[in-house]
Amino acid sequence: MKQAEHEIMSNVERLFADKKIDLFIGYEKGTLPLRTSPCFIDDRNTVRRLVWNSCCSNNLAVYLPRLMLHRKGKNSKRIGILCKGCDSRSVVELIKEKQVDRDCLYIIGISCSGIIDSSKILSELDGEGILSYDETSDSIVVELAEGERSFPKHEYLYESCCNCAYATPTVYDILIRTVQFAPKVAGPDPNITAFAHKTREERWRIFEEETSKCIRCYACRNACPNCYCKECFAEQTKPRWIGVTNDRSDLLFYHTMRIFHQAGRCVDCGACVRACPMNINLRLFTRVLVDEVKERFGYEPGVSIKEPPPLATFSLNDKQEFMTEPD
Amino acid sequence: MKESPNKTSNFEPKILAFLCNWCSYAGADLAGVSRFQYPPTVRVIRVPCSGRVNPVYIIKALQNGFDGVLVSGCHPGDCHYISGNFFARRKFALLKKFLEYVGVEPERIQFSWVSAAEGVRFAKIIEKVTDDIRKCGPLTYFKKSNNSIEKVI
Repeated sequence: MKQAEHEIMSNVERLFADKKIDLFIGYEKGTLPLRTSPCFIDDRNTVRRLVWNSCCSNNLAVYLPRLMLHRKGKNSKRIGILCKGCDSRSVVELIKEKQVDRDCLYIIGISCSGIIDSSKILSELDGEGILSYDETSDSIVVELAEGERSFPKHEYLYESCCNCAYATPTVYDILIRTVQFAPKVAGPDPNITAFAHKTREERWRIFEEETSKCIRCYACRNACPNCYCKECFAEQTKPRWIGVTNDRSDLLFYHTMRIFHQAGRCVDCGACVRACPMNINLRLFTRVLVDEVKERFGYEPGVSIKEPPPLATFSLNDKQEFMTEPD
Repeated sequence: MKESPNKTSNFEPKILAFLCNWCSYAGADLAGVSRFQYPPTVRVIRVPCSGRVNPVYIIKALQNGFDGVLVSGCHPGDCHYISGNFFARRKFALLKKFLEYVGVEPERIQFSWVSAAEGVRFAKIIEKVTDDIRKCGPLTYFKKSNNSIEKVI
């Protein structure tokens, strides 16, 4: 981890020295223990702020579309960005949707061994204050007032990291390898299959229960790199599709449409789940479309820059078993 | 016309149909001028192409009190705009799968192909869709409640 951190710093320093980039997006130490914040570096003297560890949870690709808006026409220097596997897949989707220009980007890819859910560790500590923390290759070591405690990483990963098949970025200019991975093929998610086997009433009850927690803060939308529309359907006023209330029906409408807008684009990075202040289990509903798109169209978002997005293309032989035929 | 949710026996569903201008709308017209009988449960919105139907429209219809939605377009290969219905087919496959997954009866959202020459087929499809949705009963769980704050104000 420390070595990867040094490699990132020296690379970023060199990029600034060579005048290749004028901005770098990475992570810095957060104000809370076991957290990091995104950081924007525009000067080689502040490169030392950068960190890399298992708490670097944000999907940094979310900042790119807005930053790119101000770069049209003067692409002499690029934006540097640190990308985990899922971030790089988001970048690929943004490139395909013409929101980001590949030539304006310098991607430092880093292979990632999964991000840990710090709230799981904090809840086990029962309110005890963390003095400092460190990590080894397979565990997180937390220093408390009465000694150290160690947490094995693989038990505290985010749900989306457990079934991840793209730990190594799919697009990059330099790759920093922290660990070697055996290639893995992502199958359908077991949680999703289990949910699909429940009765219809039970599934609806859970969907309604989860969405009714929503306070319409739109954090899920803002944390998602795919949600870059200048005017979101949820805030459109002419016509106003959806009431600005927390009426049960409006919440169902908002979540159904937000999730559906991710169809064939969601890279299952888990940014929406982490952003949600009400702990809605959004992944239970977003992931089903990832699996369905893969099964139906054989497409996985963010893997290849050349393959067109599944809803922007078609095949004459697409299955149509769901169409109504008269008796 | 106010249905009581308890009396499902004489419940007649309200269905919104999005019909494409070039095929299905003409098919419905043919069914009409040929005097084919079909249930008076559908309200029709004419759209340029089945590919024009935004999934938001479908969800909005359910929220506003329709019991089901039918989208109908030209048969594959017959689209007036060459490929609109192929794009629509992909979109609808995912929408139907998603709504079914979260617990909406799959019968409430239906898609079909009806050409301008298929008046009989149009009438039969409306019969089938009406039957299916009648069996599901009134849609109560997606509807916006009358005492929601917007309506009170």
